[in-house]
Amino acid sequence: MDLTILLASVLAASPPIVFAILGETITEKAGVINLSLDGSLLLTAMAAFVVALETQSVLAGFAVSIIVGAFIAWIIAFVSLTLYQSQLATGFVLTLLCRDLAYVLGNSYAHVPGPQVPHTPIPGLETLPVIGPILFNQDPVVYLSLLAIVGVWAYMYKTQPGLKLQGLGERPAAAFVRGVNVNAMRYVYTLVGGALVGLGGASFSLLVKPGWARPYGIEGTGWIALAIVIFGGWKPGRAALGAYFFVALQTSVNVLQSALPGVPTQIFATLPFPLMILTLLFVTIGNSEGMNQVLSHLPEETQRLVRRVFKALQTSPPAALGTIFKKE
Amino acid sequence: MIFKTTPLLLRIIALLGAVLLSGAALLIIGASPLDAFGLILSGAFGSPSRLAYVMTACVPVLLCSAGLLVTFSAGLWNIGIEGQVVMGAVFATGVMQSLQPVLPPPAVLILAALAGILGGVLWGISAGALRLWGNVNEIFGGLGLNFIAGSLTVYLILGPWKRPGIGSTSGTLPFPPSLWLPAFKGFHVSPVEVLLGLGAMGLIAAVLRGTNLGLQFKAVGKNQRSAFLMGVPVGRRMLLAFALCGGLAGLAGWVLIVGTSARHNLFPLISSGYGFLAILVVLLANFSALWSVPISLFFAALAMGSLQLPIQRQLDSSLGGVIQGMLVLSVLITQGIQSRFFRRGGR
Repeated sequence: MDLTILLASVLAASPPIVFAILGETITEKAGVINLSLDGSLLLTAMAAFVVALETQSVLAGFAVSIIVGAFIAWIIAFVSLTLYQSQLATGFVLTLLCRDLAYVLGNSYAHVPGPQVPHTPIPGLETLPVIGPILFNQDPVVYLSLLAIVGVWAYMYKTQPGLKLQGLGERPAAAFVRGVNVNAMRYVYTLVGGALVGLGGASFSLLVKPGWARPYGIEGTGWIALAIVIFGGWKPGRAALGAYFFVALQTSVNVLQSALPGVPTQIFATLPFPLMILTLLFVTIGNSEGMNQVLSHLPEETQRLVRRVFKALQTSPPAALGTIFKKE
Repeated sequence: MIFKTTPLLLRIIALLGAVLLSGAALLIIGASPLDAFGLILSGAFGSPSRLAYVMTACVPVLLCSAGLLVTFSAGLWNIGIEGQVVMGAVFATGVMQSLQPVLPPPAVLILAALAGILGGVLWGISAGALRLWGNVNEIFGGLGLNFIAGSLTVYLILGPWKRPGIGSTSGTLPFPPSLWLPAFKGFHVSPVEVLLGLGAMGLIAAVLRGTNLGLQFKAVGKNQRSAFLMGVPVGRRMLLAFALCGGLAGLAGWVLIVGTSARHNLFPLISSGYGFLAILVVLLANFSALWSVPISLFFAALAMGSLQLPIQRQLDSSLGGVIQGMLVLSVLITQGIQSRFFRRGGR
């Protein structure tokens, strides 16, 4: 019974990160890195909350956050794809700029109560044993995030445009020869990715962490989302698993906290972040030269086992990630 | 093209663009841009004591910028610099706490500086090792190490190093004035700090411009494969770049404990974004050591001046950060426009 509640609460807290990692996965699949996630999430969260409060419409909040997220992504696309400046530099500057902009613009809205996404159990399905309370007793945004995972996966692997999307990040030159307008399509996917990140920001301020404050308390999450994309091997399904894993870490930290009352509470809040990065290390270390050398000293049986584990975990980025495609 | 844009003109255009955009942000929230900019200016330069504050706040930025010039020239994004600053502060605090009763203050200060450097170097090399042997991109390895340094600080402050009585996140017990860097009487600036900052920048500039080592860093940054073929030990140079940058960042952490504008204790988020700020400085300076000095001072002035905003008006102190970010972004854009559309002749 407790596990059901835990799973349900993980799912309830997951939409922001799920949307963010789906957006970033699409962007990076197309060969563009949007490094600005940490700032984008804050700015879109703030914008969504302020607009939802002023208009008393949660939908308007979501709409604005999508536009803001896509606009930030457009800046990255424009500066890197059109002006040939460093993608990482642009993304990094935007990370800090969007964060500070969110603090400045949202200043007078801090700690003000505002509208939230209503809780909507699905009638009929919510009473199902076990699955009901976990899956169908949630907010609409949670259902949407689940659909988005399936949708992005299906688009990427089951459709023709999805195949071309993969080509953009793997071999832009080949995609170009096949008649794909590489830069235009990269613009499109960067914007779509940014819009999804915006949706993630809005899911924070209108659902998971309603309201606005400075600091808002999600600082650092964008960086983790970027790490989860790597952990997910640029695959939407696996990245979503990574997102749930991270949210589960955050949730279980609260459980751990009540189990160990002697340890200062502030420490627990910081733990999921280093843990997530450690997990990333396990995923990437299998690729490395050094690990191979260490492994070769082990007995054959263990060696094979460890290699198999690493092989299963291993990921590799789209080959043309972060590079700029020039026709000439 | 008819326009012959010079880098200086470009920077002026970018500066105007940044000021206009930041002003627009202020208009959105119904504040007066002129009033806010005026407050920042007077907050930074309004009195000798404020100017002194800006000059000392500039030192950690200078130290970090100097370090970042090395990692950037080796083609590395040392986002772990924040953690390196924190570890410098942690190591320095540790040494000062344990040696304070036994050694004379100057010796404690010097040993603490060395410990700070060591802490930064260790954290820097860790990011390098993760990149080199763990295949973890230095951005994420560095971030992870930042998070770990942050968790460690919180643990130390609330656990082993807590104030007598109840530990609180406000930090450890402040050190006595005998362990502060000596400053001028009227003008509260420590010559030691300022000289360290400028000296580090000069030294790094000299290494990068005039030595074989500097050339090797640049070779690694430009093209690792050809650097390797030319006989440059790529891996070791990368680690050395991380170590140098970490060491300087660690020294900055020490300054944040003992410097004249410091709170003289260890507290969470002690790096206060100085490392990230230095990344912006170096980007804006287009990786030039000479430009990094005035820009560090300017950014420190923006950051310090903005602290007046929440005190005197209902404005957030992040406005300084907005101006800094807008500035770097508009420089990236003007630079891109110039190189794409206004370049005369061939490449």
